[in-house]
Amino acid sequence: MKYAAPSSVEEATSLLSSSPSAQVFAGATDIVPQIHGGRQAPEVLVDLKKIDELVSLTSDDKKWTVGAATPTVELTENQAFSQEFPGISEAAGLIGSDQIQSRSSLGGNLCNGSPAADSVPAMMVNGTRALIAGPKGNRLVDVSEVVTGPGQTCLDSDEFVVEFEIDRAPSLTGDAYLRMIPRTEMDIAVVGAGARVTLAEDGTIAAAALALGAVAPTVVRVTAAEEALIGTTADEDTLAVVAAAASAVCNPIDDKRGTIAYREQVAGVLAKRAVLIAMERAQQRNGDV
Amino acid sequence: MARTHITTVINGDEVDFLAEDSTSLLNALRDEVGLTGAKEGCGTGDCGACSILLDERVTCSCLVFAPEANGANILTVEGLADAGELHPLQQCFLEGAALQCGICTPGFLIAAKALLDKNPDPTETEIRYALAGNLCRCTGYDKIVRAVQEAAMQMREQ
Repeated sequence: MKYAAPSSVEEATSLLSSSPSAQVFAGATDIVPQIHGGRQAPEVLVDLKKIDELVSLTSDDKKWTVGAATPTVELTENQAFSQEFPGISEAAGLIGSDQIQSRSSLGGNLCNGSPAADSVPAMMVNGTRALIAGPKGNRLVDVSEVVTGPGQTCLDSDEFVVEFEIDRAPSLTGDAYLRMIPRTEMDIAVVGAGARVTLAEDGTIAAAALALGAVAPTVVRVTAAEEALIGTTADEDTLAVVAAAASAVCNPIDDKRGTIAYREQVAGVLAKRAVLIAMERAQQRNGDV
Repeated sequence: MARTHITTVINGDEVDFLAEDSTSLLNALRDEVGLTGAKEGCGTGDCGACSILLDERVTCSCLVFAPEANGANILTVEGLADAGELHPLQQCFLEGAALQCGICTPGFLIAAKALLDKNPDPTETEIRYALAGNLCRCTGYDKIVRAVQEAAMQMREQ
């Protein structure tokens, strides 16, 4: 295996086009175990961390831009980002240990294609878009469309995610991410739930998004729950509908971390709790972003 | 196999070494540089025995390819003691019997240092979360947590 560290998107793209067995990586927290386990054997390891725009976190009045290889610790340590998107920040802060978060990235978490990737439900409910570079130019793809199955993405072998765009959160908007694991830290989600709520002036829900991880081959949106929330104050009856809708979209595996029945039930519980936390945060975020 | 020339600063000293591209930074530190403090426990980033500070961030060196460290500033457990005097964390681990077999200890010391660099007065909960990426099969963790609390107190008083 040969190591390459291109310093620009163009250099990386031409490297990937000319070497069919090249593999990009950011923090390497997934690729190293995959190489050791014999699941990957790239000839060229393309380190994306020497490309400036891949490791950056900026905002203007329209959106936040997060470099795809930016270590997740830089998101959790950024107060302005974490206040505006506490759900993405708390999801980023759940990816492995401090050691892992020094290296793990949103781009890697997404493109590794795990159904249990913590940051993906949180990114999805915030309408995050991925800017994908390739030899034919750039394309902007909704994060919800990137992963097509476990370990599978819509990216060609010579494409990679450069950065993520997240529109600035309107006022009266809050998000949240909750995860159930058998221990407190350092495990893979049995269920993950991301929620986002925007309130109308009268305190009812004007817009809602709910996404579940680890309960289907890819992260799934719970549109029935989103529709049920609109115009309500997330009262008990509505939350019962949300929980039932969340359980209903599950198509989980049975494994050592949780049975199908357990995952379905926990999905409903976490969905309700995530919506309530997002509501509370939306109420607190009135006015200036 | 071609070897790449890697220039680093390790424990305050400029260090150049050669390593194959696919070699982990952990193996390069141990086999090429001769710093055997960082240990390989799992090789997959789960146990933290290989923890180092890479540009001041606590990192599993088993998950870093050696050439990635080119130009980096590295701290290993060998760099904790100052002119032969143990770091307060090392002294408190010794006095509090916060180690038995010792394989995990270099990683715990580095992770604890990373915590105290950011947060000189952590709560017990904060210590336990900060050390969640380090596994110890001997102590049951309580003595480690107490040693970190004691070291933090001594360092605040200095």
